[in-house]
Amino acid sequence: MEVSRHWRLKKQRYALEGEVCPHCHAKIFPPRDVCPDCGLDARTLYQFSGRGEVYSFAKVQDAPEAHSEQSPYTVALIRLEEGPLVTAQLTDIGDQPLEVGSPVEMVTRKLRSDGERGMLVYGYKFRPLLRPSI
Amino acid sequence: MSPRNPSPPAHDVFIAGVSLTKAGEHWQTSLRELAFEAVRLAQIDAGGLVPQALYVANAFAPILSHQIQLGALIADFSGLRGIEAVTVEAAGASGGMALRQAFLALMSGQLETAMVLGVEKMTDKIGPAVLSALATTTDADHEAVHGITPAAQAALLMQRYLYEYEAPSNALAGFSINSHANAVTNPNAIFQRALSEEAYTKAAMVCEPLNIMDAAPSVDGAAAVLLARRSVLPSESETPRVRILGSASATSALALHDQPDILTFTAAAESAHAAYAQSGLKAKDIDVFELHDQFSIFSALSLEAAGFAEKGQGWRLAHDGQIGLQGRIPITTFGGSTARGDSGGATGVYQLAEVVLQLQKRADKNQVMDTKIGMAQCLGGIGSTACTHILGRE
Repeated sequence: MEVSRHWRLKKQRYALEGEVCPHCHAKIFPPRDVCPDCGLDARTLYQFSGRGEVYSFAKVQDAPEAHSEQSPYTVALIRLEEGPLVTAQLTDIGDQPLEVGSPVEMVTRKLRSDGERGMLVYGYKFRPLLRPSI
Repeated sequence: MSPRNPSPPAHDVFIAGVSLTKAGEHWQTSLRELAFEAVRLAQIDAGGLVPQALYVANAFAPILSHQIQLGALIADFSGLRGIEAVTVEAAGASGGMALRQAFLALMSGQLETAMVLGVEKMTDKIGPAVLSALATTTDADHEAVHGITPAAQAALLMQRYLYEYEAPSNALAGFSINSHANAVTNPNAIFQRALSEEAYTKAAMVCEPLNIMDAAPSVDGAAAVLLARRSVLPSESETPRVRILGSASATSALALHDQPDILTFTAAAESAHAAYAQSGLKAKDIDVFELHDQFSIFSALSLEAAGFAEKGQGWRLAHDGQIGLQGRIPITTFGGSTARGDSGGATGVYQLAEVVLQLQKRADKNQVMDTKIGMAQCLGGIGSTACTHILGRE
């Protein structure tokens, strides 16, 4: 079931909470407590906006067990507007052609399921940025 | 130079024997039986030399075979009960890392002989269960939970590579075509059929833009390399002696999104350049290069990392026909992971044994001419662990 494993990541999974380096001001996601840029201690919490753009994407046809019911699905590397890359699924794509550089925003969705009696794990996915109608 | 890979003193660790078994779907053969066959054949090849220790390269037995402590299991089952034995795991880099641990043990003076055995039993489970096991090579908390698999990582790399360098959609076809061409005459390969450009173009997508010909099949396999110090080598041998000239490894981030630049295999570059420095050689001195083509994009990025091509230009070597047996830098000369088959943690040992065959002129129809220096490099995940060995014929 691994309940605690997913529970302890809830702030980053549900709210995209990462860290900012107090020394070089690099924004860090996923949080890792040591700045990947300058190597110093970085534990200051930082709230990411959830906006970014597609850096790369791919359509998964062969899924592992916990993702079989979602197959096929599209995974992507998202360049968050604050700097870091994050791995996530794209959702609500519809028929729109995907491109590197497409603007996206974070939403909370079901990530995986471990069978009828298993856990449902929720967390971030990204969808095409909704624009207000003019 | 990196302090992690200082130059060792002049060393005398030799390859006393190698073995390669058929990579494929061995329904009738268990993990321990696959292992025993490779151990037995390597000992025969080494003139009956008995190893003092066994280093098992394996990644997936804990998941796919519900078996750990392979050291004791395989030493006992192979008639080597009692010797020191341990598993070395670094995903796809396990084979190289096991050889490196054995090399370090011999260099320390504690051991004079050691068996490096790569073994993987992939086909007792099928489809999604195997994909779940393969996905454990990715970051469980930040990649696998999102449905990322090794093929998905490779597809993300490929998409960005083609975009950033404005390469055509079939830019990587040459790698798969070359590997399949070389596997035609390798009896140990799972695919012994040539691949046409047209067939590549029509191949089914595994993870668009990555098609089934860009991805290596996961197969059962076992291979072994028996190491020995010069002092215990048989005085007479029909085959030329092969010595380890350079041995180095390095790591980068586990997750793709944590790489400073996803299109640079930094660990592959660091380990290759450390191995060059140890051996006093450069990329131009390498006659044959067994790189880790688990995915076609890995071939392009590995050639760039090891200094055979500028960044963004690796794909052109395949496009221009420079990687064939008669090319400027022959790679995957027995079919590589693409066509010989990828046996997880055993892959690195296959590569090393294949380099030894090339250097000893035992490669038969796959022989590259004038081979004195060969290099083998295996990768864990997206190059998160890289291990490079340079071997030379005496």
